[in-house]
Amino acid sequence: MWQYEKKLQYPVKIKTPNAKLAKIIISQLGGPDGELSASLRYLNQRYAMPYGEVKGLLTDIGTEELAHFEMISAILYQLTKDLSMEEIKANGFDTYFVDHTTGIYPVAASGTPFTAAYFQSKGDILTDLQEDLAAEQKARTTYDNILRLADDPDVRDPIRFLREREIVHYQRFGEALRIAQDKLDSRNFYACNPSFDKNCGRK
Amino acid sequence: MNEKNMLLSRIKKYDFTLKELNLYLDTHPNCRRALSMFRKYRELRRDAVQEYNKRFGPLTPEQVTDTQSWTWVEDPWPWERR
Repeated sequence: MWQYEKKLQYPVKIKTPNAKLAKIIISQLGGPDGELSASLRYLNQRYAMPYGEVKGLLTDIGTEELAHFEMISAILYQLTKDLSMEEIKANGFDTYFVDHTTGIYPVAASGTPFTAAYFQSKGDILTDLQEDLAAEQKARTTYDNILRLADDPDVRDPIRFLREREIVHYQRFGEALRIAQDKLDSRNFYACNPSFDKNCGRK
Repeated sequence: MNEKNMLLSRIKKYDFTLKELNLYLDTHPNCRRALSMFRKYRELRRDAVQEYNKRFGPLTPEQVTDTQSWTWVEDPWPWERR
């Protein structure tokens, strides 16, 4: 079960509202490589994982992603708080505004609503871990692209923190893959599926 | 039921009581009776969790006390049938 803590993982203090930036950054809330899909990916995949170390890692990273989901929401909240109608119209935020006003709703930058189709839970740990490695890199690229588009240092600072976390998670998932492979037959890692086949992985 | 599961089941009852009081207090923040019940069950839970950590291990990563090994990742996990 889960407990909520009334704090952000890393501070978000944005002085100037900016509808244009909000329109871009919202992709990390409800977009294809966003924090919600990251969290749900790991928290769903963990049930197929036979190894305690990696059950722990998927649980802990999945939980950290929820804290990142909250940080992105805080960034969006502060970027859209006290916007004038002129700013909303001038920066193309009107297409979001018409459906959600300035409420926080998970969509991609293109406006596509969040969907579970952004992630898989394949029931095969090698497949899942390879997806997780790719997912962290895709999120890292998205943060790199956000940093190309955002000049406000108040926004860049928490975005840089989130970008760093993608790299750390990528590193840990690489180690998780090694832990899993060390338990399998090195002559053919794919001889059986340790999530499904009985006695798979006993060398 | 073994001792571990009995203690865990007691902790879950305290958790649920605290959750119910929490929700009630969210909409009745000045109810002193609920506040005092919350304090009482929080104390009971704290003691039970301490005993659990000492005898059976951590319920959260922060509760790991072992100096040799990261017992957080030990099996079984709560969704498992054993």
